[in-house]
This record gives sequence, C-alpha cells and structure tokens, in this order.
Amino acid sequence: MTAVHDRPAALLEPARPPLARLVAVELRKMVDTRAGRWMLVLIGLTAVAMVPVVLFAEDKDEQSLGSFFIGSQTGVNLLLPVLGILSVTSEWSQRTALATFTLVPERGRVLAAKLLGGACLAAGFAAVGVVVAFLGRVTGATLGRSGGSWSPPPQLLGGTLLYGFVVVAMGVAYGMLFMNSPLAIVLYFLLPTLWSTLGPMVEKLEGPAGWFDTNKTLATLMDPGVTLNEWARIATSLAVWLVLPLVFGAMRLARREVK
Amino acid sequence: MINVEHLTKRYGDVAAVEDVSFHCAPGTVTGFLGPNGAGKSTTMRMICGLTPPTSGSATVKGVPFRRIANPGRHAGILLDAAAQHPGRTGRETLALTAQLTGAGRQRAGELLELVGLAGRPARRRVGGYSLGMRQRLGLAQALVGDPSVLILDEPANGLDPEGIFWMRGLLRDFADRGGTVLLSSHLLHEVEAVADRFVVIANGRVAAQGTKGELLAAPDGTRVRALDRAALEAALASAGLRWRRESDGELVVRGGAEPVGRAAAAAGVVLLELGRAGGGGLEELFLTLTGAASAPPDRTAAGAMAPGREGALR
Repeated sequence: MTAVHDRPAALLEPARPPLARLVAVELRKMVDTRAGRWMLVLIGLTAVAMVPVVLFAEDKDEQSLGSFFIGSQTGVNLLLPVLGILSVTSEWSQRTALATFTLVPERGRVLAAKLLGGACLAAGFAAVGVVVAFLGRVTGATLGRSGGSWSPPPQLLGGTLLYGFVVVAMGVAYGMLFMNSPLAIVLYFLLPTLWSTLGPMVEKLEGPAGWFDTNKTLATLMDPGVTLNEWARIATSLAVWLVLPLVFGAMRLARREVK
Repeated sequence: MINVEHLTKRYGDVAAVEDVSFHCAPGTVTGFLGPNGAGKSTTMRMICGLTPPTSGSATVKGVPFRRIANPGRHAGILLDAAAQHPGRTGRETLALTAQLTGAGRQRAGELLELVGLAGRPARRRVGGYSLGMRQRLGLAQALVGDPSVLILDEPANGLDPEGIFWMRGLLRDFADRGGTVLLSSHLLHEVEAVADRFVVIANGRVAAQGTKGELLAAPDGTRVRALDRAALEAALASAGLRWRRESDGELVVRGGAEPVGRAAAAAGVVLLELGRAGGGGLEELFLTLTGAASAPPDRTAAGAMAPGREGALR
C-alpha cells in the first residue's frame, strides 16, 4: 500500500474490527443483560398478545394470515424504537461508552453497528410475527373462527420490514440526539403525537400535517399498494423525523466528550 | 510508549489542563500524581481520544490514539472502574472485549484467572462487585488484547493493601517485559514503590517530573522555625518562597537554606532552627509541590499577599 500523505501516521495492524463483528457485538450487548433480555421477551409477548385480540374481535372473513401478521407487529413497532433508544443511551447511563469508544474510536462505525443491529432485531421480530401469525391462523381455523385468506398481500412483509427498520433507526437517532433514556423515550412518543394532534386542530396545518406526520405516513406502508404520493409523504416525514435527528445526533455523538 | 506535547484543555475560561508535556518510555512505569481535580483524568482522556484537546497533541506508540485501527490490541485502558454495565457478569464483560478486539475466546478465562476473579465471582453480575473487584475486572479488561501500553486512572482506588501489592507486581512485570505503563493516583504511596518516573500535576500544570532521584535532588526542602511564625511567613511571602506548615509550628520551605535565611535576615526575624527537610522523601516533595490545593485557608491568604509565590513553583 502506498503511503497516504498529509495524514498523521496510523497503526493499521492488527486490522480494525470488521463491521459485521461490531454488529454482532452490539446485538450481544442487547441480550447479555437481564434488562435487555426482558425487553426482548416483552416485545415478543406483544406479538403473541395480539393473536387472541384478532381471534375474538375481528370478523371471521377479516381473519386472514395478513391480519394476524399486522396484529403481531402493532406492539413490536411501538417498542422497537425504545430498543434503538436504549442501545445508545445505555452507553451513557451505564458509562460503558468509555470502553466502547476506546476500543472503537471511530464513533461513526459504532453508530452504523447500532443501526444495523437494530435492523437485525427488527427483521427478527418480523420473523417472529410470521410464525405467530401462522400459528394464529391455524388456531383460528381449528376453532372455526377464522375464514380469511391464507395468502397475505406480497408487499406486506417488505412494508413491515421497512417500517421496523425506520422506527428502530428513529430510536437510535433520538437516543443520540438526547443522550438520556427517559428524555429520548418521552420525546419520541410525544413529538410526533403532538404533531398528529396539532394538525387537525389548526386549519393551516392540516395540509402539511399529512406530509410530516409519521403516524399517518408510515401507516400506509402496511396497506396494499403504496402510491407515489404516499411514498413522497413517507420520504418527507422521514426527512424531518428520521434524517434530521440522525444527522444532528451523529454530530453530537462525534463531538461529545466521553467521561 | 506515550508522548504528550503541550496538551491544553479549557472549559470556557477555566483551564482544566494547561500545557502538559511528558513522555513515557517502554519498559517504564510512570506515576501520574496530583490531588483530586488536578487534571489527571482529563489528560488521560485526551491521550485516549475521548476528549478533544483545546490545543496540543498526544500519541500512543507514535500515532494519535484514534489512528490506531484496533486500539484494544495495543493499549489497555482503564479510566474508571465504576464505568461497567452492572447487569453484565464479569466473564461476559471480558468476553465482549475479547470478541470486539478479536483477541480470542480463551482470553476471558485467562484474565479472570490472572486477576483472581475466576470461579464464582466471574459468574456474578458486576453490579454486585466491590470497588476492588471492579478494579481487578477493569485491569483484566485492559489486558484482554495483550497490549504493550497500559493507561490506568486511579487503579489502586478501592484495592486493599494486599491488592495494591499484587497490582504493583503485575505492573512491574508488565514493564519489565518491555511494556509502557502510565498510572495515576492522588496518593503517592500507592505508586511510589512501583513507578520509575513521576509526573506531578497541580492545578492543571506539570509541577515537576523526573525519576525519584531527580525529584529528590532537585530543589531541597528547608525546615525552619522562628520565634514569630507570622513574621517569618510574611518574610517568606515577600521573598516569593513557597512553604507549608508542619503541625509543630515548623515550616517546610521549598528551596535551599540560603534564601530562607536571607529572607528572615532581611525582615529581622529571629530563627530558632534552620535545616534540610528530610525523612519524608517523595511524600514531602509531593505535598510541597501540590500544596496549594490542600492549603489551609490562613496560608492561602498569606499566599495571596505574595503574588510571586505561584511563580516560584513553576
């Protein structure tokens, strides 16, 4: 390799830990404490908890494999961002950031590992959802309560995955931006909801509200056939609620003094 | 090896660290000494790339810390033994570090054995550890990547005398095998026996540095007693000398006997005793060098009357 000019010398051996290893470590950190394990179990339980709701509350014809699946993801999508938030804020509240950033000084790579780790968990819970939905539909068929379709709309799984990735990334972004667990969690739930409430109340905001309210725009991901207009709204709302916090959060993470 | 050049860190107008420079060579243990709040931890965080310096630079093994691709394999860092996730077991904490640095699966077990946490303590959660156990775990974590540099902030804190003795042996052995050790302490006796070199820091500045011999040979301490202590203190202050009070009414002045005698003569103060301060060794020196931080209020007032006193220290 040729020497790189105008940069301070570097110690390149042994090589830096590959990103896949950083992701594996981040995932391990989410499951190797009792609190982390309970959090994951809790999220898994919310997926199962919606099965009886669908079984006993929805019309027989509506009880399709897809509706069981959507039901399983309701609680998951609510709690996934908390997982993302805690993956960042716990580094500061438990002060493990000291070890993390002395072992991996490139903070951006730690951030990337946390985002990818969160995406893995989101995918994992989608897989749990598929299993739960299938078991729910089988139970429904056995009890004679479910009469809906066995074949879910093809884009449902893709939409769910995207939804999961987005909300877990929003959690990571909020965690970085506020660097404080309770503050980040409260604001994550409060800010978009405030916007959802404010939108219909103020006449002038009603138009823009449809473009910036993630509660509304993201919901279309679960519907069959997302239109171009809906994609545009999703992108706009995410620019505000995901990209901006992510950018400012990453800047804060890069600059913050680790104590 | 570690090289620190003119490191300065300011928070607003307050300088936590001011123009600190020193060098730690392979095969040596450097004791980084100073009272609490002197700037030791801030300096160490700047060396490790966790705190951006206002100015100056630091290198570890010749490169800035953040330019080391896999730092855990070169430098073992323990900046705060309390900074561990309380929900993780001791073994898991080390296993995570071993996995991240690629040091090998067997390292966690080896290190637990080395620091005396093998067996049941390894399976316990860190939340239930005593401070001494956390220090052992932190030292083990620093050693996981088999580094050649160790940077330890107050590692003896919370260790019992036996633990301190054990750690001395471990660090001495590490340095004798060619490693570089930088360890801080606010208590001299914790590091006096193991360190080859000392860097003494007070109020963010290096007050003195060198080997034990160099530091003791440098400006002598002078023990002095006067008929009228207040008058002597006034004389010392106006001569720009630095001193501290002993419990028996004696003063220990930094510097030789001559300036003390001259100051007393100029002010017409009657001296009862004048001689070399001895016996206290480094402890004496350490207290004199860092005295300002632990000065009793009346003496600080005396110091405030003599603007030249601070300058005499540097």
